[in-house]
Amino acid sequence: MRKSRTLNLGTGSFVLLGFAALFFLTTQTTSRGLSWFGPPHYEITAKFDNIGDLKVGAPVSMSGVEVGRVDKIEFDSNEYKAVVQLRLNERYNKIPTDSDASIYTQGLLGGKFIGITAGGADTYLKDKGQIDFTQSAFVLENLIGQVLANFTKSKADDQDSAAAAGAKSNTDAKPNADTKSKEKTK
Amino acid sequence: MFKELWESFTDALEGLGSVVHFLFRLLVHSPPALLRFSLISQQIFNSGAFSLVIIMLSGLFVGMVLGLQGFQLLQRFGSEEALGTAATIGLVKELGPVVTALLFAGRAGTALASELGLMRATDQISAMEMMAVDPIQRVVVPRFLGGVISMPLLAAIFSVIGIYGAQLVGVQIMGVDSGSFWSQMRSAVGLSDITEGIVKSIAFGIACSLIAVYQGYYATPTAEGVGRATTRTVVTSAVVILFLDYLITAAFL
Repeated sequence: MRKSRTLNLGTGSFVLLGFAALFFLTTQTTSRGLSWFGPPHYEITAKFDNIGDLKVGAPVSMSGVEVGRVDKIEFDSNEYKAVVQLRLNERYNKIPTDSDASIYTQGLLGGKFIGITAGGADTYLKDKGQIDFTQSAFVLENLIGQVLANFTKSKADDQDSAAAAGAKSNTDAKPNADTKSKEKTK
Repeated sequence: MFKELWESFTDALEGLGSVVHFLFRLLVHSPPALLRFSLISQQIFNSGAFSLVIIMLSGLFVGMVLGLQGFQLLQRFGSEEALGTAATIGLVKELGPVVTALLFAGRAGTALASELGLMRATDQISAMEMMAVDPIQRVVVPRFLGGVISMPLLAAIFSVIGIYGAQLVGVQIMGVDSGSFWSQMRSAVGLSDITEGIVKSIAFGIACSLIAVYQGYYATPTAEGVGRATTRTVVTSAVVILFLDYLITAAFL
């Protein structure tokens, strides 16, 4: 009897340790665990033209303080907009209805998060409310594309003028470039 | 030569078929075996609790190596803060289940196989049959279920110790910021990553225990046969674990 008691004790502590480890993994290493046991919350939605690579679980912050997280992201096929559902801490329930939400990037290439800037209305957002003023994500590729387009354009101009200068000293060469640059000067 | 190839192919098929048949027999006998939980509890103690030391030590070192290697690699891109994410995802999804299963096959699988093999060699299994005690239900199923239950718990313990190992090296020695180590991990690791790890460890637990129990139960009843069964347990388990790992990873993508 003595032996079976120590045996059961050993088995019990092993199983307990195992489940403690599982519990640690699900609650401490993920953000999802926080929402199960977390403080009371309420949900609001915001519609964006483009959310970039915003992910579920991304933080929502006001003045840099985390007030909630992105709960769900869906696509509205009537308006062609992304519908982002935010889960905000009940403590921060005084967000004016005319506040605006924008998508920012953490660092230069970091993950995206939503920043809410408070408006001036006297009424506050409630559960299932919606933020009407939104600003889309800043998409780095678009910016790079624009810069690149400008850059190549100015480079092409440079080449044209260089070709024009060469054509002046040697009139037979590159008549095309010559006329082109003339058109441009006109 | 062609005939020999064909024969070895049919032999392999026959082996596979008999493993599947054995698995079904075990499953049929599992519900009644659950009623006598003390037998299973003893096996959980044997294969789980006794593997704890080796699992924890290996987890610590694997985590520390991950911390060191991850730090060296991430430092090149100036993103040491992602160390927590890298180590946790690596441990929870891959290293935890796979290394635990390999160690489990080496530590508990061989013990199961040699124990059952020796029971077969010393006619204990036949004796049970004579006494109208079903050896499958009395001996094999508790060992199988004990292994299946222990494996996910061991894998979870391995991952947790590994994360602390990575934290030990990354934060305490290499000086990664502790806050960003944990917060980046929390924002990047999802519940699906944990689920994938758990599914893997359950699958590996079933595979490992089944192979060990099968090899032991059908071992040739000689000293050499028991030795061969033990060797085969480790080899087959390792291959099957890595193969299943690929399948489950692909299924979860």
